[in-house]
Amino acid sequence: MILDALIAPFTANGFMANALAAGFLVAVACGIVGTFVVLRGLAFIGDALAHGVLPGVAVAMLLGVPGMIGAAVGAAAMIAGIGFITRRSRLSGDTAIGLLLVGMLALGVAIVSRSGAFAGDLVRILFGEILGVTGRDLLAQLVATAVIAAVAYTCRRPFLLLCYDPEQADTSGYSSRLFHGIMLALVALSVVVSFRTVGTLLVFGMLIAPAATAALFSRRLGTMIALASVLGGASVYAGLLLSYHANLAAGASITLVATVIFLAALVVRRPAGMAHARRSAGRGPTASAAARSSRARQGATT
Amino acid sequence: MTRTLDGPRGGPAVEARSLSVGYGANVVVADLDFTLGRGRILSLVGANGSGKTTLLRTLASLLAPVSGEVRVLGATPGSSPTRVAYLGQFHPAGFILPLRAIDVVRMARFASLGLLSRSSREDERAVERAMEVMRVADLGDEPLDALSGGQRQRVFIAQALARGGDLLLLDEPAANLDRGARETYRGVVRDLASAGCSAVVATHDLDEAAASHQAMLLARRVVAFGSPGEVLTPEALLSTFGATVHPRSDGVLVVDHGHGCAPGGMP
Repeated sequence: MILDALIAPFTANGFMANALAAGFLVAVACGIVGTFVVLRGLAFIGDALAHGVLPGVAVAMLLGVPGMIGAAVGAAAMIAGIGFITRRSRLSGDTAIGLLLVGMLALGVAIVSRSGAFAGDLVRILFGEILGVTGRDLLAQLVATAVIAAVAYTCRRPFLLLCYDPEQADTSGYSSRLFHGIMLALVALSVVVSFRTVGTLLVFGMLIAPAATAALFSRRLGTMIALASVLGGASVYAGLLLSYHANLAAGASITLVATVIFLAALVVRRPAGMAHARRSAGRGPTASAAARSSRARQGATT
Repeated sequence: MTRTLDGPRGGPAVEARSLSVGYGANVVVADLDFTLGRGRILSLVGANGSGKTTLLRTLASLLAPVSGEVRVLGATPGSSPTRVAYLGQFHPAGFILPLRAIDVVRMARFASLGLLSRSSREDERAVERAMEVMRVADLGDEPLDALSGGQRQRVFIAQALARGGDLLLLDEPAANLDRGARETYRGVVRDLASAGCSAVVATHDLDEAAASHQAMLLARRVVAFGSPGEVLTPEALLSTFGATVHPRSDGVLVVDHGHGCAPGGMP
């Protein structure tokens, strides 16, 4: 039965059910945070945070502290470091982020290589162990996802202003520095609670891919967040099934599905501007408006 | 427009004393001394890089004054975001956002709404009226990136109007507008001024400057400040733009492009 193949893996195996629940929580957290990451062009800093937690996790494991605490410290160090470098030098944020990303990654690997019994742990940190999720992990994820949702809802107006134009946030009485910091903290939180599930290498994919797919189709912020969460959830479900039946690494399967969905959506969707051109057929300037906005898009991502 | 009634009403809208504006320690315009009364429109005229935007950004609290003192609505800049609307020249990421035109205008109300309160009928009315007067009411459901440059600019102006403030800070708001839309915009600002709202407008449109209450010619220094009739003289415009400008009998100023730089009248 096909239905059996789609449902039985989760009903018959407790670890698969836990993995699905954990994955759905990751999908919601990353759907919310990823939307802002994509809209504000923070992908690189999200990537850096995802990898920057590695030394923190490694040290935590050495000391026997929960990995999440180490990850939180690593993420905080990363954010502080980026701020420090950009303030102290005339280097752009990109340079600071890239430098710290590589530095933190190297530090993490160096720490791991120092202690011999670590090879398996490194794989677990990098790729997650979604099939080994415990009840306590689930609870921590549930709390973190609720916090992310509550903070994002409370800050929806300044966040939207930040996405639109940080200066509009400042002139509307919302400090762009403060709310940018809160936004980064949410990125860090989603990375920290998701790394056990999909791993530090792959959490970035969950952060970006569903939100980027949703951005192709959404006309409103709320729709984009909802769509990103649903797409993330679908990636989790399909990825787990794929991993179960084809005997693939679970975290990698999930991220792979999310990425494939994005690429498929790109192909399926009409090329940028087509929708408008069709609606206003005969109105000349639309094509150039579309070209302008796609140029603006490119400009915004660099 | 609805206007808030809190705060001191009698004092000037803007007051600058020995104000130097610039970026960090780099002074762009030094020693500004001027007062803008309530219900008055001040045009800032000058070539690119003359300091118009720097002054506007200082009034909007986006730049700290390099030295000197400036009061906006009787307080330091930025202390009453609900009463001041700023429209800058650039909207860097506006196009990738999943926003409709009406969503952009609604953002104007965020200043008074704060984090949690729900938007009221009054907020919606302010948004509707601003879109009506800028003639973009029928574009409300259009995504921002489907609009032409001029339509978009009218939406941005509507956003500034929807704030319902006492002071408008507008940086070349009419640059992308066709003649009709320009007339609409200028009529709206005039009406607001007679209702007591003040405005500081950076412009390359000498007609617009001539129709305002006060004009300031900037060329990294104040070339002239006062009523447009006194200020917009051929001599002053020559030292502002490096070009000769002749007033015609019907009030329109004709520009001779003496040095090849792009002076007034150009979008």
